[in-house]
Amino acid sequence: MTKPEGELTWKDIDIGAIVSEPGNASQYRTGDWRSERPTYDFTKCIKCGICYIFCPEGCIGQNAEGYFEADLFYCKGCGICAHECPTGVITMVAEEQ
Amino acid sequence: MVKRVGIEVSLAIGDAVKLANADVIAAYPITPQTHIVEHLAELVANGELDAQYIPVESEHSAMSACLGSSAVGARTFTATAGQGLELMHEVLYVASSMRLPMVMAVANRALSAPLSVWGDQSDVMAVRDTGWIQIFVENGQDAVDNTLCAFRIGEDPRVLLPVMVHLDGFYLSHMIEPVVFPEQSQVDKFLPPYKYPMPLHPDKPVTMGAFAPPIIYSEAKKAQVINLEASKGVILECWQEFGNIFGRHYSPVERYRSEDAKVLLLTLGGFSETAMTTIDKMRGEGKSVGLVRIRLWRPFPFAELRQAVKNAELLIVLDRAISFGGPGGPVCSEVRSALYNEAKKPKIIGFVGGLGGRDITPAGFETIINRGIEVSQKGSDREFEIFGVRE
Repeated sequence: MTKPEGELTWKDIDIGAIVSEPGNASQYRTGDWRSERPTYDFTKCIKCGICYIFCPEGCIGQNAEGYFEADLFYCKGCGICAHECPTGVITMVAEEQ
Repeated sequence: MVKRVGIEVSLAIGDAVKLANADVIAAYPITPQTHIVEHLAELVANGELDAQYIPVESEHSAMSACLGSSAVGARTFTATAGQGLELMHEVLYVASSMRLPMVMAVANRALSAPLSVWGDQSDVMAVRDTGWIQIFVENGQDAVDNTLCAFRIGEDPRVLLPVMVHLDGFYLSHMIEPVVFPEQSQVDKFLPPYKYPMPLHPDKPVTMGAFAPPIIYSEAKKAQVINLEASKGVILECWQEFGNIFGRHYSPVERYRSEDAKVLLLTLGGFSETAMTTIDKMRGEGKSVGLVRIRLWRPFPFAELRQAVKNAELLIVLDRAISFGGPGGPVCSEVRSALYNEAKKPKIIGFVGGLGGRDITPAGFETIINRGIEVSQKGSDREFEIFGVRE
């Protein structure tokens, strides 16, 4: 889309609200749905990748040091990674205002 | 040389769809619409119409298949009635919101319960707000003409909307009527090939029917409102051109001996022709009565309606559907609303009648008009009356 969604007027909508640009869902910030955020103690991390496998959003990747970490632009804060982590690396903390 | 033929109106609609050279027909048979799709299935099976006929398992699937075929740019037709139209309900909104042109003949039928396969307009009124263009026809010729017009209107690049063509179940669908079919060459010229601007195609992928968060949904709906309202200009243009070519003229609100009438009756669909007989009789007796018929139900013809009734003292509206617990009939309710802010307007009295196949004869329309006059003078403790009901 040429403009951010919040600036589009009804005249900017394509016929039948068709999305003509493939893959533009990646521009959609699902991270603002989050009420809790994952925090990491990488000293405990064994880089097993279980969090990466379980993340329903597919937003976990390896950082420069090879540790697995969520992309907060997409992370919805479900906490599944924290629940599944076998070594207790991940703690969910409330998002502040 | 065109020839006038006697043909059942359902079959005539099927032949009109053949003349329009439809590409896909997806339908589920339901009374009183069955003969339309049965005839089309036969035309396809016999190789007389080069189209895909999709025999689906329900009307919900019929309408869903039509979405797909319209989206790839195929000329699409379906037909239904009554319960079938209601089973399509949620998909009807999708067709109009996604701006997918298709034509659907609806052989208007009552809704259960109690089970009734006979005609009234309950099915139409339940899908009133689904965003489709909706046209009522009154006779067999009208049904053929407006089936052709419906393709042309809906597929116009300025419109791109689905169109319902409403005909009275049984009263019209099963009548044998004289019909003049246009020549194939005339239809080919009148109806250019359908070309969807952004079709589903692997070479240029698009997403149709994606979700819209609160930040964009209102804008999508406003675009839809403007688009449906603007279709009226194209509808008028289409009827004008159809009239120029074929000599038969249609307009959003049609009048019959109404110009100087003090009392007007308002109807929709095939019962209007019976009402004309009544108007002729009462005019012959020196009574100042006339008839107004709404042909274009959506987009609603506000200006034409106001113009048609402004000089009358009394407007009697006949509905063939009920808004239970509401203001009576949906047509009366809309007409009243359209006139409310007008400085000069008639008094409005609503009747519901012709439900579930109950006939209204010319004498019946006379009773309705006389009772309407009586109620307007003496008042009534009811919002509306059901005509002919045994008390």
